[in-house]
Amino acid sequence: MTDPLAPPQKKNPQKRSTSPTRPPELRSRAALGLSAAAAEGRFALQQCSECGTVQYPPRDACHACLGTDLPWRDQDPHGTLLAETTVRTSTRLYFRERAPWRVGSVKLNAGPVILCHIHGDCPREGEVRILNRLDRSGQGVLLALPIERTQNMEDDPVMRSLSCDPNHRRVLVSDGRNPNALALVEHLFKAGAAKVFVGESETWRPNPAGADLAAAGAEVLSLDLTDTASVRQLAGEIGGKTDILINNARFLRPGGALARDDTAFAQQEMEINYLGLVRLAQAFGPGMCARTSDGVNSAVAWVNILSVYALSSDPGFGCYSASNAAAYSLSQSLRAEFRDSGLRVMNVYCGPTEDEWYQLLPPPKVTPAALARSVIAGLQDGLEDVWCGDVAKDIRERWRRDPKILEREMTMGQEEA
Amino acid sequence: MSRQSYEGVAIVAPYSHPYVRYSVDTAHWWIAKALRGSLDAAGLKPADLDGFCVSSFTLFPDTAVGLTQHLGLTPRWLDHIPMGGASGVVALRRAARAVQAGDADIVACVAGDTNHIDSFRNMLSSFSRFAMDASYPYGFGGPNANFALLTDRYMREYGATRADFGRICVAQRSNAMRYPNAVMKKPLSLDDYLNARPIADPIALFDCVMPCAGSECFLVMSEEEAIRRALPYACLDGAIERHNAHADDPIQLRGGWTMDIDELYAMAGRAPADIDLLQTYDDYPVISMMQIEDLGFCGKGEGPAFVRRHDLTIDGTFPHNTSGGQLSAGQAGAAGGYIGLVEALRQVTGTAGNTQVPAAGCAMVSGFGMINFDRGVCSAAAIISEGARI
Repeated sequence: MTDPLAPPQKKNPQKRSTSPTRPPELRSRAALGLSAAAAEGRFALQQCSECGTVQYPPRDACHACLGTDLPWRDQDPHGTLLAETTVRTSTRLYFRERAPWRVGSVKLNAGPVILCHIHGDCPREGEVRILNRLDRSGQGVLLALPIERTQNMEDDPVMRSLSCDPNHRRVLVSDGRNPNALALVEHLFKAGAAKVFVGESETWRPNPAGADLAAAGAEVLSLDLTDTASVRQLAGEIGGKTDILINNARFLRPGGALARDDTAFAQQEMEINYLGLVRLAQAFGPGMCARTSDGVNSAVAWVNILSVYALSSDPGFGCYSASNAAAYSLSQSLRAEFRDSGLRVMNVYCGPTEDEWYQLLPPPKVTPAALARSVIAGLQDGLEDVWCGDVAKDIRERWRRDPKILEREMTMGQEEA
Repeated sequence: MSRQSYEGVAIVAPYSHPYVRYSVDTAHWWIAKALRGSLDAAGLKPADLDGFCVSSFTLFPDTAVGLTQHLGLTPRWLDHIPMGGASGVVALRRAARAVQAGDADIVACVAGDTNHIDSFRNMLSSFSRFAMDASYPYGFGGPNANFALLTDRYMREYGATRADFGRICVAQRSNAMRYPNAVMKKPLSLDDYLNARPIADPIALFDCVMPCAGSECFLVMSEEEAIRRALPYACLDGAIERHNAHADDPIQLRGGWTMDIDELYAMAGRAPADIDLLQTYDDYPVISMMQIEDLGFCGKGEGPAFVRRHDLTIDGTFPHNTSGGQLSAGQAGAAGGYIGLVEALRQVTGTAGNTQVPAAGCAMVSGFGMINFDRGVCSAAAIISEGARI
């Protein structure tokens, strides 16, 4: 078993904040396949399409037949520990600060031998299960776990560093008026969050969920994403203790460009769905980036809840899709802007949700609880991309296969009689 | 078709430029120093060279090509060997072939590296693509962790103890005490070894080499040429190299030597008992122990018993790494692939001075290089013998 994490002490503001350090980021292009799989929590390795050989480290040609078509395929994540060492010193600052740690070599059932981190609860010999997780540089690395779950295993220092676990952390949920706010708050506390702040716009307006949010333990604070001063003010108050920020703010009206004859709704969608994200990032981003090495309650993740139609427009919600496409594009920029600090940007691509604005769409639809579960699981697994709901997963699959075909599917006309 | 012999080839003028821990000079400087040392020893001028072979990790952005212009050489045969610890034997073997074929008359083989503060760390991150992708991201700060894994497995497989590896290190330190160029001059006891600061279990401080700056050089020419110039020389009785051997072994418990060792002995017309001294590549003692096995001095897994049975010092029953090897003389980058060979050349030509093994007529030198991912990829070995002592 792993020693449980102790709740962190209150931070002494007079002490120097530990500067963020990172594990090595540089990889070959081929090796980025591992990171792409880790972004979704999959254990995948290159497998030659000609001869079927599974190989690692990533190559540009198959070492068995010189074939060059080497797609990344999900593999059996089990293997046998061959040898291990506890490393006590390193030339690399990130590891120096975390010494000692265990690494080992594992012969995978799928064939290749890997070098990997070893969870503290792994016995010295025998079978292990491999996780592919993003490290603080946002690159996929492999971690060997014991076959059976052990007590508090998530609190192992290496495993913790390969996640964005809400346990002991303080979270801001940006929009308390979103129907999913209460479920997010409840699930965050269930996952061990130390504190949940909830932003609420136009506090003079009644919020039907307000009492429930407070009862669930959330601290409701004034936050208007269309107002730069309001966002800055809140960052001034709680920016220094926001470890995870979940932007669930959404303004949604049905229709494409021709559904209306003005730009009022389109403008409002951009104000909240896109510019709101920019304002939040400007106000909270730098402070969070500076606090990514704060220990147990370091800043770890920035979560954007996006419509899956950010990737390919649903013309029934054309203007809304466009504002989400803008937010999606900005999220990619934020990944780069946060990269040096190790702050993770996790996008949750969501299908139509179970609420009034999607009333006329048939099921399946995403319930608030399902969304909250996806968000928590994604944080615990340290993901970058989470696909929530059957519709989102279906769109992902079609989009991966061929974005042009998906676009054509999404933009069919009315069949004539 | 069987390999042709290396007869008619003479190896002369071994030269080691004294190592230092850190240097403000460049690899070019260190290579020039060693080259000049060998040329002076042979009474030659740079213009007398028509073959040039270099190994170095820190020449960037130059290669052997840039060095020709930098050092004012006009070779008609040029080679650059990036094989780390296998570079010396491989350079010798190729230069010998060039001389036999008449492609070059006098070849200088040189290896040298500088060591600036932080240059070791910088080299690690870009050592190989597999290292960059699949070992460095786990905090493999250089080969320490790799060799810790091999040592861990070897100990479990064959029952070796830390003291067995300690015997190799302690004997080499004793040899280094007699080698004027060694960087580490403090006596080392088995207790010192066993109680040293752990680095990557089961590896501790004295299992690791100290990166330093230094350079090594020797010349290859025909026997006639050596005799005409009245130079003491060594003969090359046989040499092998092998790369990426035993790729299906899940972990490295043997090296490429096992594929070619019988041919090496057959070529040289010798057996292990004929070898008067052995120079192994010793960046960690486990790999020296594997070489003792794979080169035929004992069976696989018998290395621990072998080192318990033998005294590995200069005056011992099995003289091994007589200049202290890299473990005690320091690892000067690619020159680490030359240190054993250059010392062996001094030994068989009777010019080793303080470290001279009595009646050192025949030496074996082996090289091992390049932890590309989880194991060393290059292996090489040569048998050299006394040609003429003048």
